[in-house]
Parts: sequence; C-alpha cells; structure tokens
Amino acid sequence: MTPPPILQVDNIEVVYEQVILAVHGVSLSLAEGQIVALLGANGAGKSSTLKAISALVGAERGEVVAGRVLYRDEDVTRTAPDVLVRGGLVQVLEGRHCFGHLSVEENLLAGALAGRASRAAVQGELERIYRYFPRLKERRRSLAGYTSGGEQQMLAIGRALMAQPRVVLLDEPSMGLAPLIVDEIFDIVARLNVEQGVSFLLAEQNASVALRHANHAYILESGRVVAHGTAEALSARSDIHELYLGAGVAA
Amino acid sequence: MIFFLETLIGGLLAGTMYSLVAIGFVLIFKASGVFNFAQGAMLLFSALTFVSLQEHGIPFLQSLLLTVVVIVIGAVAIERAVLRPLMNRSQITLFMATLGLSFILEGLAQGLMGAEVRALDLGIEDTPLMLGEVMVSQFDLVAASTAAVLVTVLALLFNKTHIGISLRAVADDTRAALSIGINLNRIWQIVWAVAGCAGLVAGLLWGARQGVQFSLSLVVLKALPVLIIGGFTSIGGAIVGGLIVGAAENLAEVYVGPSIGGGITPWFAYFLALVFLHVRPAGLFGERAIERV
Repeated sequence: MTPPPILQVDNIEVVYEQVILAVHGVSLSLAEGQIVALLGANGAGKSSTLKAISALVGAERGEVVAGRVLYRDEDVTRTAPDVLVRGGLVQVLEGRHCFGHLSVEENLLAGALAGRASRAAVQGELERIYRYFPRLKERRRSLAGYTSGGEQQMLAIGRALMAQPRVVLLDEPSMGLAPLIVDEIFDIVARLNVEQGVSFLLAEQNASVALRHANHAYILESGRVVAHGTAEALSARSDIHELYLGAGVAA
Repeated sequence: MIFFLETLIGGLLAGTMYSLVAIGFVLIFKASGVFNFAQGAMLLFSALTFVSLQEHGIPFLQSLLLTVVVIVIGAVAIERAVLRPLMNRSQITLFMATLGLSFILEGLAQGLMGAEVRALDLGIEDTPLMLGEVMVSQFDLVAASTAAVLVTVLALLFNKTHIGISLRAVADDTRAALSIGINLNRIWQIVWAVAGCAGLVAGLLWGARQGVQFSLSLVVLKALPVLIIGGFTSIGGAIVGGLIVGAAENLAEVYVGPSIGGGITPWFAYFLALVFLHVRPAGLFGERAIERV
C-alpha cells in the first residue's frame, strides 16, 4: 500500500558541542510522494532531526553520533550538505533565512546554483516557481529583506525548489504567520506534493494544520518519538491532543 | 584657494591607495566574518613574487598572470590548511590563525625571495600634471583610476555573475547558503583569491611608490582606520573611508600641523577612527554592529 521509503532515519542520536544530547534515537521513514509531519513542542528535537538529515548540524557544532540516515537506500549520514542538495534533498530552515540583501529573484537564482544547470534550464525553473508563487513574481525586484513574513516563507520554499529536490525538509513553515497565510502556504505545499511528486518532511508546532495535510506523523518529546501513525489516527486520539499537541487543537 | 584644492585633491587621490588595501579586508570579512590580519603579508608576498618574476626577465603581463596563479594556489592552500579545520570556531580563533598566517607568509616571502628593498617600476611617470591651475600627481591619478577599475570589476563580479550571487548569499546568511547547497569551502577559496588579487593591485602600487620591502606589509595598519570609518562590510565604504582618511590627513597636516609642530600624518587617521568609533561604531556604510578585534 505505502510506496517504498525515499528517506529513512534509523535510531539517530544528535549531540551538540560534544555534550548536549538533543535527539535520542529517533527513527522515522518518509515514503516517496508523501507528506510526513514531525510534531512536538519547542525543544522536542524536531529541528535537530531535520538538520541531522540535511547534514546542517555540522554547521552548528552538532554531530550525529549514532544511527544512520538513508536517502534512496544510500547511507548519507556523513555526506556534505551540498552533495545532498545536488542529490535532491533540501532543507528549508526554521525562520525562513532569506538573503535579505538580495532581490527576490536573486534569492531564487541562488537556490539553483548548487545544481549547475544551464541558464535556460534555470530560467525555466524560475518560471515554474513563479507559477506556484505568483506573489514572488510580483515582488521579484524587491530586496527579500523588505518582503512580508509570508512572502519570505514562500521565497524560502521556492528557493529550495529551485534545486529540483525530491525531498524537502520543511522546518516550521507556519511560524509567526497569520492563519490565512499559513493555509495558503500549506495549500501550495500540497499542490507541489501532488503535481510535482515532491515528498515533504515537515516539522511543525501547529499540529492541526500539519495533520490536515500530512499522510503520516511522528510526535517527538525530549528527543524521542513517543507516538506515530497515520494523520487520521493521530488526529482521532484525544490523549495525544491533550498531552502533546496543545489544547487549542481540540477546538 | 588653489592651494587648498591641491591639498584636498592630493589627499583624496592618496586616500584611494588606502582604499585599495582596505578592499581586500572587506571581501574576506564579508564572506566569512574573519578579520584577515594576513592581508598585509599577502600583499607583500604577491608584490615580491611579481618583482622576482620581473627580475628573471619575464615580461610584465606574464609576470602578472603567473602571480595571479600563485595567489589562487595560495588561496586554495590557505582554505584547506587553515580555514577548513577551524570552521565554526569563534572569530577570535580565526583571527589568531590569520595572525599566524601573516608571519608564515612574511617568512616564506623573505626566505624565498630575499629581504632587501626591491625597486618596482610600473612605468608611471611621477611628474606633476596641471589640471587648469591645480597641480596633481600623475602617479596618484593612476592609482585612483586603478582603484576605480578594480571597484567596477568587483561590482560586476558581485552583481552580474553566478559566483557573485553565491558570494553575496554567503555574506548575507551563511547557514541559509549552506542549506541550499552552496559549497562554503569553494566560496572561501574564491574570496581569498579575489582578496589576494586586490592585494596584488595594492601591493604593486604601494611597491612602486616606496619600494617592495618588508614594511609593505605594514600598510595594512593604515587600512584599519579606513575600515572603521567606512564600515567593515562595504566596498563602497572602503572607498569613501580611504578618501576621508587621505583628505583629512593632508588637510590636517597643512592647516593644523604648523600650530602643533607638525608630524600629524602618522597618527591623524587613528584619531579620526577613534572619533568615528564614538559616533558611529558600525562605520559609515557598516551593515550591523560588528565584533571588532
């Protein structure tokens, strides 16, 4: 029934500064073409798990000390981030991290640099992104730093898509955004998933929105997976709502 | 009035010589947040390499190209041996590493190419030129034009090329650049090579003026006030800072100097920088508060 996993995380442990254990043995799997949500409170280890997969923990003096990450059946636990991006695995960082002093279009172009595609191919890619995010096209000449939070989140996603990824790790896309904008962004993510076949692993504190769009979800607490299952099953469990997903969700 | 203009213009033109040195710092600081103390040693090393090649009878253009090749190899080697192992360390660690690097480069330069003063003739006549009634140094004019060309080339590189976009992306947000697959190590190699080439241009002009010798590596000390005034993160700031320092030095020497016994030039730039640190610590064009070393 479920397609084969494109990304598999086997019992990883992540340690920062050689002492701070942020992830204790998380395992999860993302099937090709699916959206999987990683839920949990602040500090539960969602971001660290994503950064362990994308190899960005290294830039924060972190390290995967145990377990392994399989991408397309290949062990990529020690693979450099730029190699992963060329292989089709890109992360959209928490807090968007657009290049504020670059124009919107330059931000998108930067996303295509790792791929070494031809200028014509990059142009085509740019048009594709603008079809999904028409707002970005309107603001293409503005400096990214002067765009709104929602536009920046779209830009961060669009920039990641410029590398033509198969898997996008999306960290807190709803953070600090108005509910309407959050819906708009999640709708685009769902369309990208269906129309382009991009698989998403997304970390979210906003569990209700995430569960509406995800096929499958994992709930993290203190660096461990405490529950997982299909989105419907998890949404139906009232104990989970109360314990991990916040009271607001039940309403 | 004419005398005032001559003083001012002479100062401004001389200031572009400071700007040339400061640009190398800005490039590396922007891309990696490292204050590269070795910029002066790089400048000395590249100028010495060029002069030595010339002495072996290699024509100007070939010497220049060969020196650039040496700079590129040096930049890659520095990235591999010094920067990569220290990635993610604190700024002060990297600063100390460049401090060590400057001694290694100076030692290498003198060990390989000798410590005596070498004359460097770029074929620029240093006869004064009359622009209307104002007398201007021809050498300073050439230096200023070179600075203008260098800034134009850098602006084109930064704004019109893919490498430029990745350089600016890294300068803007290193982590985000990493997340979209920009190879930081390669960017650092490119930036050090470009900064080395900017250093070569500065080294040749300074070398032509005062001879290629050990003290050439000390011109970096003159770049410090320029950077503090202009801001560490802006090439435009390096230019404006250089102009301000050059003009202020000249004017102060001529108009204030006599009343306090002269000898203002060596310290006036630092005094000016100190004033700026109180009034505008990020410099005129600085993007943000910067940890200074």
